[in-house]
Amino acid sequence: MSEGFLAQAFVYLLAAVATVPIAKRLGLGSVLGYLLAGVAIGPFGLNLAGNAGEVMHFAEFGVVMMLFLVGLELRPARLWAMRGPVLGAGGLQVGLTAAAVGGIGLAFGYDWRMALAAGLILAMSSTAIALQILAERGLQKTGGGETTFAVLLFQDVAVIPILTVLPLLALAPATGGGAHDEGWIATLPPWGQAIAVLGAVAAVVVGGRLLTRPAFRIIAETKLREIFTASALLLVVGIALLMEAVGLSPALGAFLGGVVLAESEFRHELEGDIEPFKGLLLGLFFLSVGAGIDFAQVAAAPFTVAGLVLLLVLVKAAVLAGLGLATRRPRTEVLLTALLLSQGGEFAFVLLAFATQNGVLPVAEASLLVSVVALSMLVTPLLMMTYGRLADRLADADLPPEPDAIEPQGSVVIAGFGRFGQIIGRLLMAQGHTVTVLDHDMETIETLRSFGFRVFYGDASRLDLLQAAGAAEAALVVVATDAPETTLSIIGTVRRHFPQAEILARAADRNHAYAVIEAGAHGMVRETFGSALELGVEALRRLGLPAYEAERAGRLFRRHDLRTLHRLGALRGDDGRYRLAVREASERLSAVLERDKARGRIIHSEGWDTTSLVEEVRRNAALKQAEG
Amino acid sequence: MPQRILVLLAHPVRRRSRANAALAEAARRVEGVRLHDLYDAYPDFLIDVEAEQALLLEHDVIVFQHPIYWYSSPAILKEWQDLVLEHGFAYGREGTALAGKSLLSAVTAGGGEASYSPGGLNRRSIEEFLRPFEATARLCHMRWLPPFILHGTHLLEPAALERHAADYAALLQDLRDMVEA
Repeated sequence: MSEGFLAQAFVYLLAAVATVPIAKRLGLGSVLGYLLAGVAIGPFGLNLAGNAGEVMHFAEFGVVMMLFLVGLELRPARLWAMRGPVLGAGGLQVGLTAAAVGGIGLAFGYDWRMALAAGLILAMSSTAIALQILAERGLQKTGGGETTFAVLLFQDVAVIPILTVLPLLALAPATGGGAHDEGWIATLPPWGQAIAVLGAVAAVVVGGRLLTRPAFRIIAETKLREIFTASALLLVVGIALLMEAVGLSPALGAFLGGVVLAESEFRHELEGDIEPFKGLLLGLFFLSVGAGIDFAQVAAAPFTVAGLVLLLVLVKAAVLAGLGLATRRPRTEVLLTALLLSQGGEFAFVLLAFATQNGVLPVAEASLLVSVVALSMLVTPLLMMTYGRLADRLADADLPPEPDAIEPQGSVVIAGFGRFGQIIGRLLMAQGHTVTVLDHDMETIETLRSFGFRVFYGDASRLDLLQAAGAAEAALVVVATDAPETTLSIIGTVRRHFPQAEILARAADRNHAYAVIEAGAHGMVRETFGSALELGVEALRRLGLPAYEAERAGRLFRRHDLRTLHRLGALRGDDGRYRLAVREASERLSAVLERDKARGRIIHSEGWDTTSLVEEVRRNAALKQAEG
Repeated sequence: MPQRILVLLAHPVRRRSRANAALAEAARRVEGVRLHDLYDAYPDFLIDVEAEQALLLEHDVIVFQHPIYWYSSPAILKEWQDLVLEHGFAYGREGTALAGKSLLSAVTAGGGEASYSPGGLNRRSIEEFLRPFEATARLCHMRWLPPFILHGTHLLEPAALERHAADYAALLQDLRDMVEA
């Protein structure tokens, strides 16, 4: 069993690793890569895939995770602001597509009930494919991306009434065990079911608000990373199970859970933890879709299948394009939405199975539609390859282009908010800058949050967390962590992935300062230098030096020290030269002191020196006296 | 050989400056002019005497560009003079490093020209208030050039400001191309 599992895991992972990078390199995008890899290992390719249907069922959880992550990005206020597009664009898309597809079914002579069922089922689009492509191209926050998401959100909600309506369209008595697997909830009277559904939603909202934060706080304090990851997964799985139990879409429940947690300080950490699982599961989902395509059926009626795929894509794209143009959206946005949502969705697989069980659709028609939906998923990435060129042409014609709606982001990220980072943050905030703070100390975070700081929990050396905190938009990243190695790794990460951001870093000591400069920081300050210098100045004052002179002595000392440091930092590369430079520098220091002395000046009294002037005046006076 | 021009700009809050920002921008665009923002170079007032003296040696025309604050310059330019124009460098028996160079004051004043007249609020002209700078030039064996004065900046329209900035740039160009007498 476990050997079989490992072997299968090996096949799927190998297929992904071998195909996806090539697809990406060829500009086909990862989704198409996964789908093709799935075809390759499927029964009509190398036949290594095993039970692809079972794998798909498992991998659908990737979609749940994806919606949880999408929810995390959407604060409730923004979701509320989206209610118009969700109900408007979403509702019209589902209604019109169902009507159009149903009409075509009627025209082909099918019973109206079958035609309507097929219409409703095929109106669904693939959240997995559309959102994955949006994310890969960085188009989520564009107008077209948001409309796409709004429509998908409506479809997710619409699945519930569709599941309710489908059994009513039955032609033949149900073949399976009656209604779909609703478990104990099906035994309740209708009002009890309603209460259970409302209760489950309330549990997610209220529980998410009140329980998760203290729970995550306790878990975070254990400082066990894997337990935090485990609890993040537990949360998503728990919500999914709860939703399934009351007959709601698990993806919708996870989305809701995400929205509830969007304002929590753990948001970025949760994102970072769930993201890799989501990525893998989605990949697996695409693989299993590819492997599940029944090429025997396709081969039996190639023209029928191809025609139906073409028709489906055309109808769906046309409905969206018509909607977009009718509401006068910019044409590039309309194009994006129409192309992205032109395929059948993963819900279609579920609904088609459900429809056959309930005798709504005959098995032959349903399995034909499964192939059509799967193949239509393959078409989307291909269509998207033309998007860039088409959009450019449209954008040239459209004047003036509408700017992308981009959420305003904090322009400064401070990594590490201990005693050091806090002072920096306070100064920046006092000057009116928006500061995003990353720290992993719960006590600090709680205190700061109660004062209205934007503080997030997490390990700032992780790329995903930096990304989530907005490092890609940041003008400045301040690295103020207290562990020298972490500081270096953060600098390296920011330098590689967010080259637009300037980096200021906290250095531990002289040697670390060199390392920090070499790692690519644009500026650094040694953590103890400034305060030690201040104390030194205070010492000079206690020793009798007037305040201003003592202050200047300190500053001049600092200037010299910094110059040496920067010069040595630039010279460090090779050991021999470094040592040479050190000797040279110390010679220079003594030379400087020597020169100061020769000029009758010690470092603390540079400036306002009248010695030479007085001497000259006296000499002149003496000369005059001698003359006179 | 074109004259090398060094503009020492002294304005503590350049973000809020209108006239000096426009003049500085005009100066920056003139080829052969080096604009040196003192408040930017020394936010801690810790003037680097050696570096400043070296800079002076590399240029032929020195321009003090600043707003008039209390009938004089903003504090950093005074600090600069106190420290950089050392005895033995700029003046005194052996202090001839600046001999033959020219000094130009380019100043802006909020009040109009009338207020800087015998009957006006300030009683005296800007030229008269600039006497200490003139004396400084003389002591350093420098040639004192007729100052560039922009009056009434409080009420200056953008178009007029642009015109004055162009005049300033033209003056700097003339100084650059002037043949050493």
